[in-house]
Amino acid sequence: MPERRDQRILVVIPAWNEAGVIASTIAEIMAARPDVDLLVVDDGSGDSTADVAEAAGALVARLPYNLGVGGAMRTGYRYALREGYDVVVQIDADGQHDPRYLTELVRGLDEADVVVGARFAGTGTYRASGPRRWAMWLLAKVLSRLAGVRLTDVTSGFRAANRRAVTVFADHYPAEYLGDTVESLVIALRVGCTVHQLPVEMRPRTVGQASQSTLRATLYLARAVVALGLALVRRWPSATETLGQEKS
Amino acid sequence: MSSTFTLGVIGGVLTLAVLFEMLRRQRLREKYAVIWILVVGITVLVAVFPRTLTAAADLLGVQVPANLLFFGAIMLLLVISIQLSYEIGRLEERTRTLAEEVSLLRLQHERHHGASAPEVPDVVERGEAPPDDPGTPGTLG
Repeated sequence: MPERRDQRILVVIPAWNEAGVIASTIAEIMAARPDVDLLVVDDGSGDSTADVAEAAGALVARLPYNLGVGGAMRTGYRYALREGYDVVVQIDADGQHDPRYLTELVRGLDEADVVVGARFAGTGTYRASGPRRWAMWLLAKVLSRLAGVRLTDVTSGFRAANRRAVTVFADHYPAEYLGDTVESLVIALRVGCTVHQLPVEMRPRTVGQASQSTLRATLYLARAVVALGLALVRRWPSATETLGQEKS
Repeated sequence: MSSTFTLGVIGGVLTLAVLFEMLRRQRLREKYAVIWILVVGITVLVAVFPRTLTAAADLLGVQVPANLLFFGAIMLLLVISIQLSYEIGRLEERTRTLAEEVSLLRLQHERHHGASAPEVPDVVERGEAPPDDPGTPGTLG
């Protein structure tokens, strides 16, 4: 029994200049789970990402200019809330997230409000080193403590959220650096959602690559510390008050 | 002291004129003009009555009155800059929300009326296009 039958699932794919891979990503998700709806949020792409995604059979929301992953995802969460979806799964457009794990992630929502697909949790071969690794270690440590369970890969963009978390994210999904990954988890935890993780294997990106130079990694560490520190002390005046206000 | 006087008064009058003209053309909102008019007022005051500055410096124990002036000016500019940063941040948050809403409205519209609605060439803003955007011509539409 994979999950409750009546659950409506929306897969949100934030895409920015991904015309080259978006079609195969969509096809793969549709093959793995034909029953889910697919929303591609075109984040102000300069190429034909939106058209390609539409031709591939996905719903496409076109942002008029680039907002970053946070903006694209909040658009997705708002759509999901308004259309009454029970579950939102975020999958990257570049094909590094294997949709075969989609069902597992959704099943994980039985015990948590947010389920993160994590790279370092045993499966897969992803490795980082130097300052980038320290940053990830630090983020994981702090978030684990906050969540009360062990989280190893909090910057993963492969995650599922239930209605409760979607309601929060539709209002509060930061567009700033690391906001879409780390801070959004902090927000979820601080408003009382539970966060779990599931080990997933990620594939190398089909296009582009993560920056690995030491300088950049150090910069990443510094920004991660700042972003995390701010996320922990930041106030969301309306974080709990406006829960559900988005419902139309 | 007369040069301070002329410079201060001329500068003040010029600034006031510019502010007034901007207000008249609706290029400046009153709430932002207020602070600058205040600044002009203080500048002219100090230019016309330099003793106010010396007196204030004595009162605060600043030995060189000009230093008090510089300190005050720098602090003022700092505060105004922070205020402007705050306003920009608020505007960004608002435009972000609007952009998200626009995309969802468009999606909703297309779903109800079909994508065949006269497709206006996309107005993708290229101003902030990231560096690796090759500047491809709009392929939509």
